Amino acid sequence: MSHVVSPIREKLVTGGKSYHDVTHDICKQVEGEPTKEWKWAFGISCIIFAYGAYCLFYTWWQGIGVWGLNKTVGWAWDITNFVWWVGIGHAGTLISAVLLLFRQKWRTSINRSAEAMTIFAVLCAASFILAHMGRPWLAHWALPLPNAFGSLWVNFNSPLVWDVFAISTYLSVSLLFWYMGLVPDLATIRDRATTKASKFWYGLFSLGWTGSAKTWARYEYMSLILAGISTPLVLSVHTIVSMDFATSVIPGWHTTIFPPYFVAGAIFSGFAMVQTLLLITRVVFHLEDYITIEHIEMMNIVITITGSIVGIAYLTEFFIAWYSGVEYESYAFINRATGPYWWAYWMMMTCNVISPQLFWSKKLRTSLMASFILSIVVNVGMWFERFVIIVTSLHRDYIPSSWAMFSPTRYDIGDYIFSFGLFFTLFFLFAKFLPVVNMAEVKAVMKGVSTNYPAKKIKAKEKTEV
Amino acid sequence: MKNSNKRYWKGIEELTNEPSFVKNIHNEFGNMPTENEAKGDSLVDGSGTHRRDFLKMLGFGVAAVSLAACESPVKNTIPYLNKPEDVEPTIANWYASTYTEGGEYASILVKTREGRPVKLEGNKLSSVSKGVLSGRAHASVLSLYDNEKLKGPQSAGKPTDWANLDATFIAKLAAVAAKGGQIRIVSNTILSPTTKKVVAEFVGKFPTTQHVTYDANPAYGLTQAHGGVLPRIDFSQAKTIVSLGADFLGTWIAPTEFAAQWAITRRVGSAKEGKKTMSRHYQFETILSNTGANSDYRATYKPSQEGLVAISLYNAVAKLTGATAIAGAAVKIAHVEKAAQDLVASKGASIVVAGSNDPEVQKIIAATNTLVGAYGTTINVGSPVNYRQGNDLAMANFIKDAVAGKIDAVIFYNANPVYNHPMGAALAAALPKIAVSMATNDRSDETASLCQFIAPDSHFLESWNDSEPTLGFYSLTQPTISPIFKTRQTQSSLLTWAGLGNDFASYLENNWEKNILKGGKAVWNKALHDGVYEPNALTISSASPSIDINAAATAIAKTYQASSTALEIAVYEKVGLGTGSQANNPWLQEFPEPVTKACWDNYASISQPTATKLNLKQGDLVKLGAKGYEVTLPILVQPGQAQDTVAVAIGYGRTKAGKSADGVGVNAYPFISEINGACVGICLQGVSMSPTGEEKAIAQTQTHHTVMARQAVVQETVLADFAKNPLSGRYNPQVLTAEGKKDATDISLWNGHKYNNHAWGMVIDLNTCTGCSACVISCSAENNVPVVGRQEVINRREMHWMRIDRYYSSDAEVEDLKGLEIASDNPEVVFQPMLCQHCNNAPCETVCPVLATTHSTEGLNQMTYNRCIGTRYCANNCPYKVRRFNWFRYFQTDDFDFHFNNDLGRMVINPEVTVRSRGVMEKCSMCVQRIQSGKLEAKKEKRRPVDGEIQVACAQSCPTSAITFGDMNDPASEISKLLEVEKEGRAYHVIEEINVKPNISYLMKVRNKDAKQEA
Repeated sequence: MSHVVSPIREKLVTGGKSYHDVTHDICKQVEGEPTKEWKWAFGISCIIFAYGAYCLFYTWWQGIGVWGLNKTVGWAWDITNFVWWVGIGHAGTLISAVLLLFRQKWRTSINRSAEAMTIFAVLCAASFILAHMGRPWLAHWALPLPNAFGSLWVNFNSPLVWDVFAISTYLSVSLLFWYMGLVPDLATIRDRATTKASKFWYGLFSLGWTGSAKTWARYEYMSLILAGISTPLVLSVHTIVSMDFATSVIPGWHTTIFPPYFVAGAIFSGFAMVQTLLLITRVVFHLEDYITIEHIEMMNIVITITGSIVGIAYLTEFFIAWYSGVEYESYAFINRATGPYWWAYWMMMTCNVISPQLFWSKKLRTSLMASFILSIVVNVGMWFERFVIIVTSLHRDYIPSSWAMFSPTRYDIGDYIFSFGLFFTLFFLFAKFLPVVNMAEVKAVMKGVSTNYPAKKIKAKEKTEV
Repeated sequence: MKNSNKRYWKGIEELTNEPSFVKNIHNEFGNMPTENEAKGDSLVDGSGTHRRDFLKMLGFGVAAVSLAACESPVKNTIPYLNKPEDVEPTIANWYASTYTEGGEYASILVKTREGRPVKLEGNKLSSVSKGVLSGRAHASVLSLYDNEKLKGPQSAGKPTDWANLDATFIAKLAAVAAKGGQIRIVSNTILSPTTKKVVAEFVGKFPTTQHVTYDANPAYGLTQAHGGVLPRIDFSQAKTIVSLGADFLGTWIAPTEFAAQWAITRRVGSAKEGKKTMSRHYQFETILSNTGANSDYRATYKPSQEGLVAISLYNAVAKLTGATAIAGAAVKIAHVEKAAQDLVASKGASIVVAGSNDPEVQKIIAATNTLVGAYGTTINVGSPVNYRQGNDLAMANFIKDAVAGKIDAVIFYNANPVYNHPMGAALAAALPKIAVSMATNDRSDETASLCQFIAPDSHFLESWNDSEPTLGFYSLTQPTISPIFKTRQTQSSLLTWAGLGNDFASYLENNWEKNILKGGKAVWNKALHDGVYEPNALTISSASPSIDINAAATAIAKTYQASSTALEIAVYEKVGLGTGSQANNPWLQEFPEPVTKACWDNYASISQPTATKLNLKQGDLVKLGAKGYEVTLPILVQPGQAQDTVAVAIGYGRTKAGKSADGVGVNAYPFISEINGACVGICLQGVSMSPTGEEKAIAQTQTHHTVMARQAVVQETVLADFAKNPLSGRYNPQVLTAEGKKDATDISLWNGHKYNNHAWGMVIDLNTCTGCSACVISCSAENNVPVVGRQEVINRREMHWMRIDRYYSSDAEVEDLKGLEIASDNPEVVFQPMLCQHCNNAPCETVCPVLATTHSTEGLNQMTYNRCIGTRYCANNCPYKVRRFNWFRYFQTDDFDFHFNNDLGRMVINPEVTVRSRGVMEKCSMCVQRIQSGKLEAKKEKRRPVDGEIQVACAQSCPTSAITFGDMNDPASEISKLLEVEKEGRAYHVIEEINVKPNISYLMKVRNKDAKQEA
């Protein structure tokens, strides 16, 4: 795992950490008693999860009539949340696969939590796929399974079926990638384990990792192969999600720009979510030396680039709506900006197009507070983007007699809260029981740093002085 | 080598070649019992167990147990022990009968399944109703299964039995009669000659009895102007129709008959030799009525101007015909002069009708009709109709007598004057003072609950009866189910009380054979089979009533004034709920009113300028008061209404009708004023309206009211242009391609479908659709469409498969998108029935993940409910938004207590159509059950279905035949012929340019106007 790191580069891990320090810093979260902060955070997550679970249960018990949907607006918060979560789930794979292929070493300290976040976000998205169905107990009918109905298959023309394939593939590959990356670290924890239980469980999941050169070589091959498999997925998943809309006939949905626009938006919101979580984890687990300002700045740059792509996509949509000369298309866009949902549209524009441009300022993009606020603003904006696309397109389409408004009910909101509860509960469980930073890979990028004699000398000196 | 043929044998059996061995030689285990042989003593028989059988049984057992666990239990299926002769399970029986509700009449065919009526259709043998029904008639089958009707007779609010009731009541009546006390029978219009005979028998027994007839929606004024009879009106020959507030297509007298006649004059053809003429229809009115919405020229007046508008029209006509003008303050109303010119120009084919119940106004109108030669052509007093026999004066006198304590006994024959008479409150106060009071109402309603006795009448589908809608035209009502509750039809009750037994059926047959048919059993059976008996043709009389117009003008001058700025109330009747007698019918409560598209409520409608002036907006609750009566109502802003007027509908505000009706809206009957001896639905003085500061949402199925200048949705032209070029007004979207401009429909990604057998389609004529919405109810009844209730309509979740879109015109320019959202103050209106378009390139079909919606080989877009998982993608992707989702379980759920929630109500369910469960999508199936059964009938007879044999519910129930359904593959079918002509004319597909290729075509609307931009 030796990588050559140019000495003129900024150090990726600061604080003059040794390999042992890394192991110790990361493992202590797993091995020690839960911290007070963690208990609070996990407790709140559980409460949110419980409330959300009640709302979701009620929704399933009564039927989705408890939502604010109607005969005109058949999707609103459900699919908005679904697309939003799927979008968020894009950053993990991008960081672990694409950045791996591009040899972006800075990714090593964040890819683990980003991947975990991806998996949890995809689970949240999947919960909305189930929840939005009229008869969720028959959800398996969307899979091409053998059945008792004769030669009855799914409709391979339907983008929803493509979704099923895309999301399930994405979930399994991401899960595999994440788990594979965890194996060496699990072995480290196993080796350090003091209790019988942790020895057993970490031992079980570390799959008999020995740390031999052969296993490391296989680990490397596997990483590359999985990165190769995942890279197209980063592009395909949101492309396919965008086809739910792009292949329809509804003005505002029927748009060829959607695939690249959705992918850029997904990376945009995914990075923002990773940013939010990293900034929290960094403080809660005292990982300032691993997740440095450098990382945060890099993330912010990606956010600005993808935000700008999204902004251009918005403008292009408007231009095409006018240029196409299609009455309904033009109306759909004029209605977005000036109709009854104008506030949602301008919320989206402000959050997604204007706010990331603030990162042109070096001061802001290296400021923790600004990064944190803007990362949340971006995700608010991206939620509104999906809301705008889904609701404002549906609520006034072709036949004016059917035009209607949508307003959310308690259960629309409650089921959204459920996904947050699920996400954070899983995330905090992950943060407690698994190493949040990939120790093995971080050590690899530290090579240049750890052999830095003066740093070591200083440290040794400090030690002797103490 | 000699021994090379040596054989080794495995046992002595092989050596000896025993037959039993040879038989089993191919079996691996020799002569062990084989599977086939073992069957005899397998596990099934219980005598032995075999390994494979065991596994089979185990597998079957697991599957069966799990299947049985999933299966919903089947309840209450009891086979016939003795099958009735004429009932075949799953085969419908049809019986001819007659629907009457007050003065409403329709000859009907009742569809019964396993002995229960499930659907009513029009009886085409009737030359009076001509096979058309109103929405209310369609809905009446549900009232049969109303759980809140009385289950048996009542005495002093307590259940009793008939013998007891009769004995007590007869004794009391006899006591009253003995002392010469006054007895009254109060009823609404009775169309039945035999019932009247029964009433006469009763009067014979109790001579102090008087029969008082009144109507909740009276036409007393019109009868007064015609010497006590209601003239027969025929619009079918009219070239110029002028209506002064008569909603003759929606509510006035016999709207379905009028609509059918009116439609004849409105039909045009695009072919060269096609009809290029139409009647011209002027409407002057206060509210925007269903009829006004269909008129060519329309202007508004205030109720206080009505009489003077009539005089202005008379004078304008008189000026042109040289008759003497009459005195009356001049009222400036647009189009009056033009209307007069057209009336005179088409003399002999002109008609003026007025909705006012003021006899003096009707006299002026009658005089105008005389001038334009209407009598003997469009109006005929030779064969008068019986639809309204109410005498407002007699009824007012009865109530005054009751209040004065001069009445000793009263029988309310299915009448509810406490609720539906303007003086109902006075009567309510007086009723307890009447010594003997009896009601035969079907429920303990506002009037019946105040009576000592209730002898509940049976539903008309449980009763024998007859009708005489027009003089000399008869029809019969026969029971199609035995009484569900212990009810007794009132005729039998009256016969009992008159001491003539209780067998009305025989009485009716005797009366018919003796006095009407003048023949025996065979003639009677034929009449009963046909449902109608029409021995003679109409008698045409060109006699016009003699009228003292100057006296009428004087009376009018006293009531009406040329201009006023005071707020005035116009009381009107809604197309759906009518007078409110069937208010507890959820189908009618959820019926979207053709113009306002509102249901489950009445409201105070005011025009936009009035709303601005009073600083009110839609949904504001106001207190509306007049004549010492005050109600709280939400505001509905109604384009096309006269300024400074408030319109309130009758039929609402029931308090004792049942769960669906009680507390819905407010009672507007008390606002009706007594003018010139008649109940006139206006209130001119002392009207106050003040906001309460609260708000209440109105349940409307449509909340955006303009078409946003989308020509691809609604296409229209004016007759003057259409006559020159049938393609005028047609919108033909084209797209620019590399090869030049092409029709948008010429470019497609799709391969299209081949229909080798049938290709079902529909053509809807926007010119003759009046928006009456009878089809909506008919569709709901045929297809078990659930009622969802007021809140769910507000949530925009009504389930109607068939809806009528109503658009108002806007004054704004095409580019002004915000302005286009605002309707004109006096808008042009278009009605567009909208249902599943059965697209050939159906957007819904491609997106369903589980193939729950697919294309049939006959062009139908079919919905497989069982397969649907409810993603709603199809509904989102439907450009017409016709798909409906089952948000909740609408049957057997307490929240949806309409008719799917109790065993009785569920008897109305059409067994041929699945009741949809929660979480599945549904939509118009083009009555696929009817198509299938029609094809089956034809197949049994080894032929193809004949055109017209298969009818969908909406097409069948359209009073104006605006909907044509049929096989587009059959060149001889009506639809093929129509499309052949209109293909290059009026026919278009809605939003054609997205190229979904619907199987439903619309025919462009043509207004009989001189130029497009005229108001």
